[in-house]
Amino acid sequence: MSTREIARTIDARGMACPGPLMSLIGAIREGAVGDVIEVLSSDEGSKTDIPAWIKKASHELVEVVEEDGFACFVVRKAR
Amino acid sequence: MAEAETLSLVLFSGTDDRLEAAAVLAAGAAAMGRKVNLFLQYWALDAFRKDAIRKDHGVSAEAGPEGAALLRKARETSGQHWVDVLEQARAIGDVSINACALSMQHFELALEDLDPMVDGVTGVAAFMGEATGPITFI
Repeated sequence: MSTREIARTIDARGMACPGPLMSLIGAIREGAVGDVIEVLSSDEGSKTDIPAWIKKASHELVEVVEEDGFACFVVRKAR
Repeated sequence: MAEAETLSLVLFSGTDDRLEAAAVLAAGAAAMGRKVNLFLQYWALDAFRKDAIRKDHGVSAEAGPEGAALLRKARETSGQHWVDVLEQARAIGDVSINACALSMQHFELALEDLDPMVDGVTGVAAFMGEATGPITFI
């Protein structure tokens, strides 16, 4: 992981679909524009849902890091 | 951007598997900016009684004993109840939940008997007036 500053980490591992996305949406709403938020999710649905939502909501998916048994989605609140 | 089409669901079945499927669809639609319109009839309405909403409502007959056990285990693992999913949907989007007036009469219910998530009691024509796209019956 690079040196970018993570404003908030949401550990949604173990949550079922669509829980991790719902948590991300809440965190984005609470955050400030420019904040970088990371979500850890073991839910397979997140792999399609989080990118789809980010595109629709016009935020930025900085990167997706595949870990052992989960993925880390790094998201920047763009507006 | 053109306004996304409303998701209109009629919830008829009151088993936890079907209610969970409906809640997940509602949450996904709300996340993607679609208006969601839920109409509660019969056994689904009965499941929204405020004193019983989180009780075990069983699963569809097609689940069989094995399917029922599988779903019970899945719920214990995730700790996620369909009520929580619906509440999340309401928190992030435009989700209205209305009880069917006829079913309310059948079950002798008043709005105060239902979970506060239920916005009101409406007749079928009011629901249809809002449901401008396809209607899904669960």
